[in-house]
Amino acid sequence: MEVLKIATAGSVDDGKSTLIGRLLYDTKSLTSDKLEAIEKTSKQKGYDYLDFSLATDGLVAEREQGITIDVAHIYFSTAKKSYIIADTPGHVEYTRNMVTGASTSQTAIILIDARKGVIEQTNRHFFINNLLRIKNVIVAINKMDLIDFSEEKYNAIKSDFEALMAKRDYKEQSITFIPVSALQGDNVVNKSKNTPWYNGETLLEHLEAIDIKDIYNSGTPRFPVQYVVRPKTEEFHDFRGYAGKVYGGELNVGDNIVVLPSQTKSKIKEIFFYDEKYQTASRRSSVTITLEDNINVSRGDMIVKENDLPTVAKEFTATISWMDSEKLRQGNKYTVQHGVNKVLAKVDTIHHKIEPDYSGIDVDVSEIRMNDIASVTFKLNKPIFYDKFKNHRTNGSFILIDSHSNNTVGAGFIQ
Amino acid sequence: MIQNTSQINPLENEAIYILREVAAQFEKPVLLFSGGKDSITLVRLAQKAFYPAKIPFPLMHIDTGHNFPETIAFRDKLVKELGLELIVRNVQDSINQGKVKEEVGKYASRNALQTTTLLDAIEEFKFDACIGGARRDEEKARAKERIFSVRDDFGQWDEKNQRPELFDMLNGQIELGQNVRVFPISNWTELDVWSYIQKEDIEIPSIYFAHIRKTFLRDGLIWSNDDAIVYRDEDEAVEERLVRFRTVGDMSCTAAVLSGATDIDTVVQEKRESTISERGARIDDKRSEAAMENRKKQGYF
Repeated sequence: MEVLKIATAGSVDDGKSTLIGRLLYDTKSLTSDKLEAIEKTSKQKGYDYLDFSLATDGLVAEREQGITIDVAHIYFSTAKKSYIIADTPGHVEYTRNMVTGASTSQTAIILIDARKGVIEQTNRHFFINNLLRIKNVIVAINKMDLIDFSEEKYNAIKSDFEALMAKRDYKEQSITFIPVSALQGDNVVNKSKNTPWYNGETLLEHLEAIDIKDIYNSGTPRFPVQYVVRPKTEEFHDFRGYAGKVYGGELNVGDNIVVLPSQTKSKIKEIFFYDEKYQTASRRSSVTITLEDNINVSRGDMIVKENDLPTVAKEFTATISWMDSEKLRQGNKYTVQHGVNKVLAKVDTIHHKIEPDYSGIDVDVSEIRMNDIASVTFKLNKPIFYDKFKNHRTNGSFILIDSHSNNTVGAGFIQ
Repeated sequence: MIQNTSQINPLENEAIYILREVAAQFEKPVLLFSGGKDSITLVRLAQKAFYPAKIPFPLMHIDTGHNFPETIAFRDKLVKELGLELIVRNVQDSINQGKVKEEVGKYASRNALQTTTLLDAIEEFKFDACIGGARRDEEKARAKERIFSVRDDFGQWDEKNQRPELFDMLNGQIELGQNVRVFPISNWTELDVWSYIQKEDIEIPSIYFAHIRKTFLRDGLIWSNDDAIVYRDEDEAVEERLVRFRTVGDMSCTAAVLSGATDIDTVVQEKRESTISERGARIDDKRSEAAMENRKKQGYF
């Protein structure tokens, strides 16, 4: 079954948790014990409706404050697809969580409160989803019940958002507007009788129709070697398999390949998934391949097609999203984890800070703080094999690790 | 030769990728094996990840001494068939050493006591990564769990200070004394696990299928009758019922459900139609809304 990963973005009180709760409720994904708990708590709080947001708000601190503070994962499925929602908070200070949620998603839902329209937060939500090149973005204009399902007001919000779209970098992003009321269920799963002027799909209909097979970068296969399989048993005495996941395109038995960084050439001999042999390793499958020649390949090396090489370089410039309370400064050293490959990196130049709301750039910066987005050049101690993020979502991204705390302190998208 | 790998379950691809990252990034990983369906699924995924080599880490079972005998028999058979290394550490030993105290009363369970035995075993073997079968759909506090979840020297989980996980890059860098809990089937739902067991034709312990069992009712749940292990009030009448288990934990904290599902096909069918979550049959989670989160902070699996 297909799995679609969705990131959500919305400001406090835009009704994000309610929307997710509604999706779960109307797809009959809430189990009776969960529903019972929601009914009980809603009653305790004195509500005369079911508070679906209780289906997702997990941690004790959140229940106390009534807000979502971290990425939570929610699961539901229909006959057609399995869905994983990364529920990310929308506060200014939580840019890092939004970037994190969006990095693992193929689709994003941006919520707008119909009473408030496009606000500064909306700019940020859109900016991040565009920066991360999320292919499908759904703009759910929520709380339509509170503006009497007004077509005029809906269209005004839509055109405000379209003005924002003109500023985006990733123009091919597909954007769909849907008028909803999460609380009452209008156009979430079921078509609303209150919006006769809206002929489009409901939120679920739209999700069901998304084709996930080829969302990203088909055509350019990259195979970072994760693990070398050497059984050393009698039966497989000389077996040397390279385990990894195929990104970007497919690999076939007989393909002429090059191993980076050694530049050694060979041919793909076999493709295994468990004990079965395959002709083609499709995108995103975790396979084990063997080569015709007995050459030295280790973890962190990359197998690519002979006529389709990535850039091999000891420096790169990237847009980074900073996620740590310790600031990034020129000269600081970090570990760059690029896929499964790790190299040491030094901050060479901080070019500028990018305001994540389309308000411009700030060139007069000497340090990068938590939740900042910036353009930075790094120098590396060893070359890596990369593509630009806009051409290859996997091979163009990396994370930064602080060598002292071992924490993941940033994410980057190679320019 | 099969044409291409596009039909392979994306969740399976993801889990195999995670298991390979564990083997590559850590020196002493271990797979925490309970004999339940989730850890049995992990064993199959590990077989696939490293084929034709053997699984490059041992299995470890923290035995509460209150397990269903069927589970233990199944565990020993599986380990023997696959030629795996199995480590067993007993909660009873922790009790004998005075490190933990047996709970008493109506809801006494050894489930929470496992934590101490587990943390001691991690220290004894210097394990730096513990692979577990927890899933995010199980429980609200689990929904925020990372795939690589760093625990401090005391095995504690700091939910406010978790490492962000971006794309599928897993950061396993830790300091000496820390360890990482790894959850390869984080993104699977209960139905995904059952469907996988069905498709792969994986053998599971017999208590997952309908059988006649001596049971009694309490708080609307069906408890196993075993007076040596499970506390029972005199007015809680024992009756034979046709039941099965949806989750296999400690006998004192796992409730049965009425069911006539005698094989994997009928179990999957029943699951598709079911409206109660499996944690709904976990007595330990019924204690309070924050039960799981509080246990996790203490280092519970």
